[in-house]
Order: sequence, then C-alpha cells, then structure tokens
Amino acid sequence: MKKIVSLFLLTFIFSLIVAVPALAQSPNPTTPSDDDVNAIARDLYCPVCENTPLDVCPTQACIQWRDLIRLKLAEGQSEDEIKQYFVEHYGARVLSAPPFDGFYALIYIVPPIILAIGLFVFSRSFRSMLKPLPAAGTDDSPEESPQASAGESADDYMHRVEEELKKRD
Amino acid sequence: MQESTQTAPKRGGVPLWVQIIVWVALVALMVVVALGLNRAQQGTVQPGETIPDFSLPLLDGYTYQGKDQVKFSELRGKVVVVNFWASWCKPCEQEAADLESAWRYYEPAGEVIFLGINYVDTEPEARGYLTKFDITYPNGPDLGTKISQFFRIKGVPETYFIDRNGVLQYVQVGPFSTEAQIRQQVDRLLNQ
Repeated sequence: MKKIVSLFLLTFIFSLIVAVPALAQSPNPTTPSDDDVNAIARDLYCPVCENTPLDVCPTQACIQWRDLIRLKLAEGQSEDEIKQYFVEHYGARVLSAPPFDGFYALIYIVPPIILAIGLFVFSRSFRSMLKPLPAAGTDDSPEESPQASAGESADDYMHRVEEELKKRD
Repeated sequence: MQESTQTAPKRGGVPLWVQIIVWVALVALMVVVALGLNRAQQGTVQPGETIPDFSLPLLDGYTYQGKDQVKFSELRGKVVVVNFWASWCKPCEQEAADLESAWRYYEPAGEVIFLGINYVDTEPEARGYLTKFDITYPNGPDLGTKISQFFRIKGVPETYFIDRNGVLQYVQVGPFSTEAQIRQQVDRLLNQ
C-alpha cells in the first residue's frame, strides 16, 4: 500500500513539474488579439500618411501605433478612451469620423442644408415648369373666361366694320 | 411693344431670398476652399516671421529651469533652436548626435536653448530614441500637433533657428550633415 501511495505522490509531483511551465507558456487570455486591435485601428487614420486607415497602414510608425492600441487595451482602456488618447496626442484628423465639435461640425451641418436648398429649388422649378401659362393679352379675372372675352372683342370689331361700311354707302 | 411687356406671363420661379442664400452659400464655400488651398501651398513659416507663443510639456525626466514645461515667450533674449523629430524617422537619427553635441557646446553659456519637439510619435519609442542618442536638451510631445501647425511643418526632421527677439531667421528642412552646420547658424544669431 505504501508503495502505491509513494508511486501516486511521485506521479503527482512529476505532473506538477511538467504542467506548471506549460501553463506559464500558454498565451495570456487577456492579451488583445490582432482583431481586437484592428477593430479600433480601422476607425483611426495614420497621422503622417495621407488617407490611410491605421489597420492597413504598413509603415513603421503605424506598426508602433497599433502596438500602442494593444498596450492600451491590455491596460483595460475602452475603445473610446483609446480614441480620445489618439485625438489628444495627434489631433482630431486621426479619426475616420470627425467629432461634432467646432469647425468639424460644419461637415455635418452644411451638406444637409445644401441638399435641402437644392431640393427646394428643384421642386419649385419643376412645379413652375408643369404649371400652364395664362393666355397673353387677357385679363386674369376669374369672372370672365378667355373664350367669352375673345368673342366679345370679335363682335365689337364686326360692329365697327359694319358701321364703317354704312358710312361709305 | 409696351403692351406686350405689360402682359408678359409670370412664371412661379425660385423666390429671391432663396437665390440670395444659394449664392451666398456658394461664395462662402469657394472662400473656404480657396483659404484651404492657400494654406496648403504656403509651406513652412518663413524667415522674418515672428513665432507665436506656445507651450511644450516636457517628457518625464526632462525639465527646464526646474519646470516640466517650456513656454516659448519666456525664452526671449535667448537664441532658440527648435527641432521637430520622430522615432520612426530615419533621417532624424542622422542628425541626433550632432544636435546633442551642439547643445552641450552652447549649454554652459546659457545664451542658447535647444527644444526637441516629438512629432506624432508613441511615448515608449520616443523614450527609446532619446536614450539611444543620449539627448539631454528639453524634449516634449507635440500634443494634438498644435506646435507643428504653428510652424506649418512639412515633415521631419525640420529645424528652426529663432533669434533673441522671437523672429525666425533660418529653416533647415531635412537633416544636418555635420555639427558645424548647426553651429554656423547659431553663431550667426549670437553675433547679431
């Protein structure tokens, strides 16, 4: 029995010796993955390259910034805190969507206003094109129709012609 | 003729106030675009221009006269050498040792101050760079790129030599090749 217990203890100790270093070498579950880093990096732009999102930027500087995001995530900072850190250090131009603040607010305000004015002008012009024009040389009063008015003027004309003919006779 | 003008048909067009708003908006948009293009073409600040005041918070381990930040307006009476650099900038490494050597040459007399401005960089790498080249003159980050916008820098490295009255006298775009080039510019300003 003693032998079995000793064997069991030996096996247990040996297992511990083997397992502890293996556990120590396993990846830390809190280490942010590339996907975690890129989820934030894709909303940020490289501060020194023109129009290059940080997640696909190949420069040494961008590699450093992605490492910085990884570091901040590992420290437990949220996405908003990391973005705020980038804005404080590198300016609002690093954001893919500029903040609704100061001069940048114009980006959100001006286009809808221009669009609204454009639609208004277009609708007014379109309506005026569809509206029929009133006949030239007639009165716009609603009591008298254009046809009636034209008939009266013709009668008057014929009357004057007849009077003129009578005078000549 | 007179009769025909009096009886001309009236169309229900766009009201005058809308037309005015549209034209004003268009002109304003063109002004903004023109100003932006003009600024983009301006280049760096030019010799003869007075440098606006700015504050540079210093990196941990750096102080100037016991303070952890440098205010440019408090440097009047000294020749100021402002160097923009970044750890990811290879040409910056080329001149780093020469700048430090020149600083050590002028520091004892107290007539010249060198300022290193770390442009869009990460702090660990910036510290590594400063340690690698044993940089001792005051260095700090360009938070929000505000200082580089004052100077309208086009890249790094760029070095600005400012006289005792706060007026820019010389701009070096790109790295210096030798310490002598740096000292030549500083000596010129010291002798003015």
